[in-house]
Amino acid sequence: MANIISDETIEYVGILAKLELSGEEKEQAKSDMGRMLDYIDKLGELDTTDVEPMSHVFPVQNVFREDVVKNGDTREELLANAPEQKDGMFMVPRTFE
Amino acid sequence: MSSKQYETVIGLEVHVELATKTKIFCGCSTAFGAEPNTQTCPVCTGMPGSLPVLNKQVLEYAIAVGLATNCEITRYARFDRKNYFYPDNPQNYQISQLYLPICRNGGVEIETEAGGRKTVGIHEIHMEEDAGKLIHDEWEDCSLVDYNRSGVPLIEIVSEPDMRSAEEVIAYLEKLRLIIQYLGASDCKLQEGSMRADVNLSVREAGAAAFGTRTEMKNLNSFKAISRAIAGETERQIDLIESGEKVVQETRRWDDTKGESYAMRSKEDAQDYRYFPDPDLVPIAVSDEMLAQIREKQPEFRTEKMIRYKEAFDIPDYDIEIITGDKHLADLFEAATAICNQPKKVSNWLMGETLRLMKEKETDASDLRFSPENLAKLISLTDAKAINSSVAKEVFEVMFEENIDPEQYVEEKGLKTVNDEGALRKTVEEVIAANPQSVEDYHNGKEKAIGFLVGQTMKAMKGKADPGMVNQMLKELLLS
Amino acid sequence: MNITEMTATELSAAIRAGKTTAVEAAEAMLARIEEQDRIYNCYVTVDREGALRQAEAVQAKIESGELTGPLAGVPAAVKDNMCTAGLLTTCASRILGNFVPAYTAEAVLNLQKAGAVILGKTNMDEFAMGSTTETSACGVTRNPWNTEHVPGGSSGGSAATVAAGECIYALGSDTGGSIRQPASYCGTVGMKPTYGTVSRYGLIAYGSSLDQIGPLTKDVTDCAAVLEAIASHDEKDSTSVARADTDFTSALVDDVKGMRIGIPNDYFGDGLDEEVKAAVLRAAEELEKKGAVTEHFDLSLVEYAIPTYYTIAAAEASSNLERFDGIKYGYRAEDYNGLHNMYKKSRSEGFGEEVKRRIMLGSFVLSSGYYDAYYLKALRVKALIKKAFDQAFAKYDVILGPVAPTTAPKLGASLSDPIKMYLGDIYTIAVNLAGLPGISLPCGKDKNGLPIGLHLIGDCFQEKKLIQTAYTYEKIRGPFRMNREPAGADHTGQGETGMCRTGQEGQCHE
Repeated sequence: MANIISDETIEYVGILAKLELSGEEKEQAKSDMGRMLDYIDKLGELDTTDVEPMSHVFPVQNVFREDVVKNGDTREELLANAPEQKDGMFMVPRTFE
Repeated sequence: MSSKQYETVIGLEVHVELATKTKIFCGCSTAFGAEPNTQTCPVCTGMPGSLPVLNKQVLEYAIAVGLATNCEITRYARFDRKNYFYPDNPQNYQISQLYLPICRNGGVEIETEAGGRKTVGIHEIHMEEDAGKLIHDEWEDCSLVDYNRSGVPLIEIVSEPDMRSAEEVIAYLEKLRLIIQYLGASDCKLQEGSMRADVNLSVREAGAAAFGTRTEMKNLNSFKAISRAIAGETERQIDLIESGEKVVQETRRWDDTKGESYAMRSKEDAQDYRYFPDPDLVPIAVSDEMLAQIREKQPEFRTEKMIRYKEAFDIPDYDIEIITGDKHLADLFEAATAICNQPKKVSNWLMGETLRLMKEKETDASDLRFSPENLAKLISLTDAKAINSSVAKEVFEVMFEENIDPEQYVEEKGLKTVNDEGALRKTVEEVIAANPQSVEDYHNGKEKAIGFLVGQTMKAMKGKADPGMVNQMLKELLLS
Repeated sequence: MNITEMTATELSAAIRAGKTTAVEAAEAMLARIEEQDRIYNCYVTVDREGALRQAEAVQAKIESGELTGPLAGVPAAVKDNMCTAGLLTTCASRILGNFVPAYTAEAVLNLQKAGAVILGKTNMDEFAMGSTTETSACGVTRNPWNTEHVPGGSSGGSAATVAAGECIYALGSDTGGSIRQPASYCGTVGMKPTYGTVSRYGLIAYGSSLDQIGPLTKDVTDCAAVLEAIASHDEKDSTSVARADTDFTSALVDDVKGMRIGIPNDYFGDGLDEEVKAAVLRAAEELEKKGAVTEHFDLSLVEYAIPTYYTIAAAEASSNLERFDGIKYGYRAEDYNGLHNMYKKSRSEGFGEEVKRRIMLGSFVLSSGYYDAYYLKALRVKALIKKAFDQAFAKYDVILGPVAPTTAPKLGASLSDPIKMYLGDIYTIAVNLAGLPGISLPCGKDKNGLPIGLHLIGDCFQEKKLIQTAYTYEKIRGPFRMNREPAGADHTGQGETGMCRTGQEGQCHE
């Protein structure tokens, strides 16, 4: 296996992705990611020097909306799925020290 | 203290909220002051399955600002996702532009303290969405999220590190504000957050070629806070260097009441935003036609306006400078002048009473309530001597607060100057009779005594007399 | 008349003719679900009351002549990653276990306008990540042809419910083969339209640049009819394409004379099951006999499609799934210490293993220092793959090959090795990368009686050529129906109890 994923990398990716893995899961994730990256490294066989990265397959461009208010107050619907709410707002653990 | 000389190097990231009716990617209103979460929809609250569609007006404003700040307009632009978790960011990614921002390589000219001119370069301008608002609930020890501001369009104007002092920073901000206000793209109010500046600052020994390590300062809500933060951060960085420590590249939050900043960093804050092109939005191809249309709609900017005023109106250069220094004042001036055709008088009202009251009541020019029509009416009333100047000031003060119609107001309150000579004569006679000492003083050559008698007469007339006429009549009766 | 065995076209005709009603049809399907879904577990949510209510309303409109189309009054099912107003939408994930959207996906709205009666939401791999429907948090779905086998995935519930006669047709979504592969495993027709043909508004995104909604039906005629109904230019989806050629049923023509069919040699190499290979090549021969011009050619780059796909899809997924954070909807952990711990716990407990694997990979390939080497590289290879297809379509109208290397594997055989599972997508994945349309339809059975799928790929916006070729082949092949006595163990009463089924009034059928 060419790609060895370190504990630090898994820890770091966990911070980025907001995932917390148990010790066992971490080992599994290290091995899975290493194998996937080995597999992805296959793309290195191809010379793509003059190839533009293609994010959209079709040349669709310039899709706009007019600046016209279309939405009204749907707060009740919005909050219907909230795990916790107060005063018409979503309640979250405090964000400020 | 060391004898070393240091230079402060400053670059700015200025966020400007655009004055569109709707949000950048959905049809929700951007109006201020609504109840929490009542101006939201699945798109701006990150509901699963929702998709963004770009508001055309946002693009047009961004290009207009780019043109006015001498930027190159990117002919093939795109949106990217900036990924980070925070409750005010409902998708946990912000739609922004990193790789192909809409404008690049511009700059604006500012005046330096020394009276010279310098250009502050603009690295890029990009479009992005604003975040929601977090309210801290002390009672429950939690935070509450309101997404009404989520998705409000912003442009971020990123300068080159071309500024060297707080004065230059403020001159640059004033310049941007003026340009953007003239475009009508935003009202640019620092206090209300429709213009926000983050300060990137580093220090280096005078004459050094390389930049020092910079920090980014956030939460600067006024020009004063910006000045204080620049002074504070410069000092902090110099202290670190002098004591042999290193400046850490970090984001800091300025606490203006305490006059100090602190690092916003946390272990959970990796600052790795994993930008990539947003697959939900298609690229923007700016055509020649689109550019030409926006160019055509560009307004007359300040420099051109100043030249025109100089040619068209007989008012002092100083007045022109002040009036064109704010788009709203200039608009008021032009509209009122167009009605009454008395530029000098309109200018006097703006330069005198308007500025005085704005200062006294801490009012921004954009919040002025009185209409140009009513100002023109007030000028006609004074011209016709229907009211005297002190009544006019009184009326203006009410107009300033409530935009009342001065004609109607003067009528209703009975403020019209009394032109009835008989009534005036009677009052003057009474005043003379009641103040024998002053009369005697006058006759003894004390010219000033007549001033007192005029005052007494005006008082008795409840101000509704023409002071010139009172003066004349007093002299006449005193000599008779 | 056995309603559950009818196609949409047949059933709507019968309803219009007054031989049955939309309500009877819905009742028949609900009875079938009641009777056997405890075995197959096709549905995450069955909306019994809603279906009957819709059926009554639709029946009235049929009688008043307001609804006359081939879907009017016909019961259908929708994959559980499409939002349905007022109806649980879970993506077969614990993290959305209690999510009831206030809005309906545009594709589903379009179906409802055509008079569809939505029976419920079908099981799937969690967030459409998987090829077997085994990554669902709502229990596995069993293949109606043999309950010891998987139905494929990720639209396994949609494919299985059509095969099992628990609905007349269903909607699925296809990011790397998620409609075509389960269609193949379950002996149904499944089509992934050209990217942008069906609005993605309301489809809970996995890989936004690859996702596309499409039909799973009993035959090609229904496939064309459903696609015609759901295709639309939607102003709410910036990637939606305005097309004037969505009258897909006009392509139901029994004729392939002169149709140029390319058969990629690279689709018939190592790893392809001999029986699958034989059945697919036999189908090509049949088409040739009917006048098509077939030719073998080298497509090239086939082995690069999977690594390209997993890089792009994982990257997009890692970002798309950030919104599931325990704040606005869905699962929030019970115990946590502060904001970031709440995020981590809610997400770690809410997402399943495969989803976490892909989020981790996606976050990594986008992270500082790796973006160019992995993500941009994949976008460049994607451009090459698209070019290879462009070259092929300069010569051919249709590309023909297998859908999957094998027939449906046994339950539990795939999950142990993710890369092996990913390899099963080798023939379908490039189609998504290039935005092309593709259709899967049955072309035989293996020695165990499991269906084999024929894969036809068209150039962008050339669905009609696919429909015409598939329709012609279907006429040659004749009816392809399942024997209603499923093979496999007796599972009566053994319904898997996934988390999605608990505590939802009237939505589960236990």
